[in-house]
Amino acid sequence: MKLTRFLLNKLAGMIAVLLLVSLATFLIFYILPANPARTECGRLCTPNELRDVRAFMGLAQPVWHQYLNFLTAIFAGRTYGSGAGAIVCPAPCLGYSFQQNRTVLSLIGQTLPVTASIAVGAAVLWLVTGTAAGVVSALRHGKATDRVVMTTAIVGVSAPSYLVGLLAILLFGFKLNILPVSGYVSLLQSPGQWAFHLILPWCTLAFISAAIYGRLTRSQMLDALGEDYVRTARAKGLLERRVVVRHALRNVMIPIVTMFGLDVGALLGGAVITEKVYSMYGLGALLIGAVQTTDLSTISGVTLLAAVFVLVANFLVDLTYKLLDPRV
Amino acid sequence: MPPKILSGPAVPADVPVAAVARRSGAFARLLADRWGLAGAAVAAGFVLLALFAPSLSGISGNNPYTYHLSALTSSGLPKGALGGVSTAHWLGVEPQTGRDLFAIVAYGARISLLVGVGATLLATVIGTVLGVLAGYRGGLVDTLLSRFTDLTIAFPQLIFMIALGALVPASFPKQFFMVAVIGAFGWPSVARVVRGQTMALRNRSFVVAAQAVGARPLHILRTEILPNLAATITVIATMSIPGAIGTEAALSFLGIGVPPPTPSWGREISSAIAWVSVDPWYLAAPGIALFLVTLALNAFGDGLRDAFDPRMSGRLR
Repeated sequence: MKLTRFLLNKLAGMIAVLLLVSLATFLIFYILPANPARTECGRLCTPNELRDVRAFMGLAQPVWHQYLNFLTAIFAGRTYGSGAGAIVCPAPCLGYSFQQNRTVLSLIGQTLPVTASIAVGAAVLWLVTGTAAGVVSALRHGKATDRVVMTTAIVGVSAPSYLVGLLAILLFGFKLNILPVSGYVSLLQSPGQWAFHLILPWCTLAFISAAIYGRLTRSQMLDALGEDYVRTARAKGLLERRVVVRHALRNVMIPIVTMFGLDVGALLGGAVITEKVYSMYGLGALLIGAVQTTDLSTISGVTLLAAVFVLVANFLVDLTYKLLDPRV
Repeated sequence: MPPKILSGPAVPADVPVAAVARRSGAFARLLADRWGLAGAAVAAGFVLLALFAPSLSGISGNNPYTYHLSALTSSGLPKGALGGVSTAHWLGVEPQTGRDLFAIVAYGARISLLVGVGATLLATVIGTVLGVLAGYRGGLVDTLLSRFTDLTIAFPQLIFMIALGALVPASFPKQFFMVAVIGAFGWPSVARVVRGQTMALRNRSFVVAAQAVGARPLHILRTEILPNLAATITVIATMSIPGAIGTEAALSFLGIGVPPPTPSWGREISSAIAWVSVDPWYLAAPGIALFLVTLALNAFGDGLRDAFDPRMSGRLR
């Protein structure tokens, strides 16, 4: 019962923030530009076309009505224009790119798997290796393993991921010739090739964050191992492994999970940079292309999606939090 | 001397003295920190490189714009070892164009440092105002501002920065655009620390005493709170610079930064992708420059933090 209320509360907050973000996105990308129809129509736009586009985009209506159209389109779909030339954008309609003559959703559907594959895989890799490295170096406090992990963390923080990625391409791709350095293979097409092509991107994006998380886990773990509850657990005669995993690590995970929630946005940005390093056509490439052609529908669609991604991830983080710490 | 809590003016007069005493100890600690000092020296070197970019690259008779096709082989690769390092081209030349890499790195430092420092200043001002407001007022103001801070931190900032690039006209100088967006998204870390410190200061006896004698909030902020925040703000601002430099390089890497031919480290690294298999040295010059300045500023920032505010260690990443 309490969990249901917690979930409903979080969900309500999420929807409120989502409405705010969608309003901000709408205002920034549909209202702020001096003449969205003009930009949407492109440079070689005749006055007739411009009038059509204005009608298509529903720009003759008042602002609040336009926003309502924008919102309802997400749930009910939308038809631009009428008659034979009408363009149907089925729900969930995030807008229509007049530059590419496709719905924004189909453009996102094509590029999201690439970016999501990079981001999710890298996040799993960095959480697992970062926490493991931190625990190991805390348990081997002051020994060589500890020093290696800590030095990597300090140097790693200063190296941008694309630099690490290019060095990895140079070493594993061209010098050793053991890993592919570009291209994306769909998961549905061949799971093996999908993972094989993503090894370098995952490692590139995870490397620095794993180092940072390792450092955080280490200091938290060292604190936890000095706490009374760990001493009590040891005094009860529990196995050291059980003490470390069930008692110390469970408490250490709380700040780690909190930090991960804050890093999800950065994770998405990192994935965008990584896909460029490995020449993959993902959300970032779509967005940058859209910025270069002032394709505002696509831009607002991608930013809205990115915000949703972060909100959903934070919802999951809150849920994990709840499971780890019953007091929350 | 025991603090005279009820004799109004004496108490504020005591505060700067204590702060000065603490600070002189801080300088001694900073001077003893070898990593921090080395970081400061390297960072200062980059500032000089940026300031004197024209005269320094002029020594070997170079600028970042002139093509030197004679320094290239017929396939567009630099002649000679290490990417064409020679007395004429200290860090080698760019493949395809033969432009001097030392000049590119020196001029690129201007954009990196300008945007890094400019964005940090903007973020520091916004963060200080919001942090002091939240920490001093407390209550609903604090709740709302803290929520807003959390939201901004969790936001997919890079995506938004790229997207906003579509709204600025092509004629608008991209370096100022980057200062604006990086600053506009960079304030939360400043705001958080300032808020915490302000909350702690708000309950200190000298602030309570100033309130008791009827000082206005603005007066208290200016004479009691802000002077005591100065060290913290300086530390957190210094620690924010490398992040801002990194973001600028990332935006330029993605093609959203200053347009060519203005040299920029991020864009050079991006062009190096295509050449990394045949001319890996092309990556070295801008890559090492970016790595070094970031590492140096991180080391200096850490040293500054440890010296001025040891309690802050570990609270920041």
